[in-house]
Parts: sequence; C-alpha cells; structure tokens
Amino acid sequence: MKAYLSVFRMRFIGALQYRAAAFGGIATQLAWGGMEILALAAFYRANPSAFPMEFSHAVSYVWMQQAFLTLFVVWSWEADILSSISEGSIAYDLVRPVDLYGRWLCQIIGSRLAKALLRCSPILIAAFILPEPYGMSLPPGAGTLLLFFLSAFLSLGVVAAFSMLIYISNFYTLSAAGIRLMVASLADFLSGAIVPLPFFPDKIRAAAELLPFASMQNMPLRIYSGNIVGPDIFKGIALQILWLLILFFAGRAAMGRALGKVVVQGG
Amino acid sequence: MIALKNITKTFRVAKRQAGFGRAVKALFSREYETVRALTDVSFTVSDGEMVGYIGPNGAGKSTTVKIMCGVLTPDSGACEIDGRVPWKNRIAHAREIGVVFGQRSQLWWDVPVTDSFALIRDIYKVDGKKYQKNLDELTELLDLSEILKTPARNLSLGQRMRCEIAASLLHAPKTLFLDEPTIGLDAVSKLAVRQFIKRLNAENGTTVLLTTHDMQDIEALTERMMLIGKGRILLDGSLAELKTRSPDPAASSEEIVAALYKEYGI
Repeated sequence: MKAYLSVFRMRFIGALQYRAAAFGGIATQLAWGGMEILALAAFYRANPSAFPMEFSHAVSYVWMQQAFLTLFVVWSWEADILSSISEGSIAYDLVRPVDLYGRWLCQIIGSRLAKALLRCSPILIAAFILPEPYGMSLPPGAGTLLLFFLSAFLSLGVVAAFSMLIYISNFYTLSAAGIRLMVASLADFLSGAIVPLPFFPDKIRAAAELLPFASMQNMPLRIYSGNIVGPDIFKGIALQILWLLILFFAGRAAMGRALGKVVVQGG
Repeated sequence: MIALKNITKTFRVAKRQAGFGRAVKALFSREYETVRALTDVSFTVSDGEMVGYIGPNGAGKSTTVKIMCGVLTPDSGACEIDGRVPWKNRIAHAREIGVVFGQRSQLWWDVPVTDSFALIRDIYKVDGKKYQKNLDELTELLDLSEILKTPARNLSLGQRMRCEIAASLLHAPKTLFLDEPTIGLDAVSKLAVRQFIKRLNAENGTTVLLTTHDMQDIEALTERMMLIGKGRILLDGSLAELKTRSPDPAASSEEIVAALYKEYGI
C-alpha cells in the first residue's frame, strides 16, 4: 500500500514542477468556460423554453467542468506510461515487486489530482466572483456537496480505469496515437464534455446515459449543479460503481494477457 | 543459485522491406518470420559467483537476462533462481534480485534522484534504518553526494549510470544482473563501478551476472565467462584458459574475443 501511495506522491511532486503548464491551463480553461457560457446564454435568450437545463445549472456545470478538467477528461494522458511501453523502460517496471496495474492506476490518479488541485482554485474563485447569471453558485445543500464529492471520486476512477485499457492497447500497437485520438473525441462527446447530456435528443440521451462515458464527468457535474436530484443521484452513483468494477476487472484481465506475451525489443 | 536448462525463446517479427511500394503492400498482407533468439541455453551459476556474459550484438545476452528477471517468458525450458521460476513468481522474484539495464532508465525523469530512491525504498519495503545505511554506503562508494538532489534529466550519462546502479542495490539484493552497466562511462566512472561491484561481491557474497562489450570489465571482475552467439552458449570457461588457447601470446583480450567471434562465425 505504501508503495502505491509513494507512486501517487511522486506523480504529485512531478506535476507540481510544471508551473507554466498550470498557468497556461488556467488561462485556457477560463477563456473556454467563458466562451461556452456566452454561447449557452445566446441559446437561452433565443428560446428559454427549449433550453433543457436551468441556465444557472448549466453555468455551474461549465465552471466546475473547467475547474476540474484534468480529473475528468480522458485525453489527459500520462506520457510516462505511454513512453515506458513504446520505448521499453517497462522492463524496469516488470522487475519491481508490485502489481503493475495498481501502480499505473495510482500514477494516473496522482497525476490527475495534482494537476487539478494546482489549477482549480483560480478558476473557482473567478467563477464565484462573476456576477449573475454568469457566476457559479453553491450546490443546493451540504448533502448534495458530499454526493458530488463521492460521484467525482468515482468518476475519476472510471476515467482512470477506462484510460488503462487504452494504455494496455499500446502493448499491441506501440503507438496508440490513433486509438487515443478517436477514443478521446468519442469520450469527450458522450461524457458531456462538449455539450452536457441533457442537450442531446431524448433517445440518444437515454442510450448515452447508460454508457461508461456518462459515468465520467456527466454525473458529478450534474449532481453539483442540481440538474440531477433525489433518487436519480443514487441510481447514477450505482451505475458509476458498476462501470468502475467492470472496467477495473476488464483492465486487469487485459493486462495479464498483454504481460504474458510482452516483448522488450532491443538492447 | 541460478540454473537454466534448455531455455529456448523465439520472437515473431513482421518482415518488412524498405521502400514505399513494399510498405504499401505490408498494409494489406504481412509476412511474419520467426526469429530464434535463444536455443537450448543451459548453465548454472553458484551463489557468490561472478560471471561475465559476452557475445556480439544481437547474440541473445539481453534476452537471457530478461528471462532471468521475469520480464520475458521463454517458449520452453526451465529456469530456477533460488528455487523461484522468474516469470511465474514475478513479484516474489523481483524482491530478491537487482537489475541494471544499461540502455534504459529507472530514475524518474523530472524529480531529484533522491525522490526516485525513496520511491524504490517504498516499493521494495526496505526499512528506514537499513535504507539509510545502504544509501550512505552507495553514496560514498559511487560518489553520489553531489548529484543526489539533481533531477535525473540534468545528469550526464556517467552520473546517471552511477545513480542507476545505486538504485538497483538499495534493497541489497542477493543476485544482481547487470546488462551493460559500463556503457558510455568515462575512465574514472568505469573504475569506480568495477571496484564497487567487486567489493559488493567480496563483502556481501552477491551473485553477479554481467553482460558487457568491454573486455576490461571481464578482466577486472570475473573469473568465469560465457560466450553466446546466435542464441547458443558456445563457451563457458575462464579468460585465462582462453588466453592459453590463443596462438599469439601478446594478444589483448579484445583481440582474443574478436578471434573467437570469427572462429565461431558469429
């Protein structure tokens, strides 16, 4: 266990070193969040009755999404893992007395958490200072906030376990750039990173809500904003747990298979 | 004790020919060929022994080392190291061995070396006191005090390699595999590394198997050397024995080995 914590800590220290990346990220996320909200405001003004979320919910959704972007987006890849597979330093990972799946999972989660903690506060402060209706509000109650944290944690787990499958595919393809790009776009779209799921046509939305992608940022952000309430929250969280377990065990099985035929080329 | 018996390993590689037309053709139909990396490799190394493992590029040295470390699974044959089958008990095995892959890095690129060491300490569950003692010793012997606080990316090759070797020894393994540990080192570092390995073997009785292209490594360190070529063990004996076989008594060990490669057509 200490080994996993240590990997986590290591990633944390590593991510903290990249100040310029963090400033860049903060600026990007502020600008992106601002544009997204202005676009949503234009839609809302055009026809408030056709707007599927309350406007204040949509605003909170966008700001929380931007503040914690690196927790939830699939495309925040861990470059060290990709290069260890394609360049062969995985040979070292395999002579360590730890389970490689667990190690990588900790590394992914540590990296994402560090990046998010480093970047979230300026965005959150800005989002709370902004005047109505463009500013963010607190969730309806302390209970909702707690459920948001639970759901956000599960969401991070689902994202990490899902991305593990892509890392493992790197064992077979050596460069997973193509798969990564496709999967990232698909996941962005279906997890509500581009447009929140309530904006989807009903039938597509109903199907999308069952997919693992909906267990990513969609759930915590909609819980926080107050778009999902009551028993639906618990249904959503149960679905998140289910997907987390499925992805976790699928990933472990795939890793076992891949390691059985690993080939470390050269030298 | 290390015991390998009839280890065979093949790789299936996609055959590729140069040129645009061939590359397009390979999109649709791929030909594979099977490359025999190791054929019937058998040897034993006793506890506390130091063995040099030499052979030309691509002979199968690294493949053998990777099998003994549990990274690769052989196609057939048996391998036991202190009673463990490396690829079956990978995690238990990893705890007892130390490995340096001269061509790879185990240090985290963007954090100071000490942080990488601390991570390795936690991974191997080395207790605090023992870790400090090992670290102090390694720092002194490999002259690391100046570079421990530097991120690995800022180190020169020789500095990095000394850190790599230290990293592999923090948990005081009983068996040490060194895959080209002196690659790219300057004279001072080379001597330091050799002296260090010698001392480790003499004082702790660590079993050491090292691959190298530098015959002086072999001369300085090992009594026994094994020669591998095209995946087969061709010779297993001492360097002194080889010297007596050479027609030219003044030949350097480099020349003797080059003559051997020629003799075996490898």
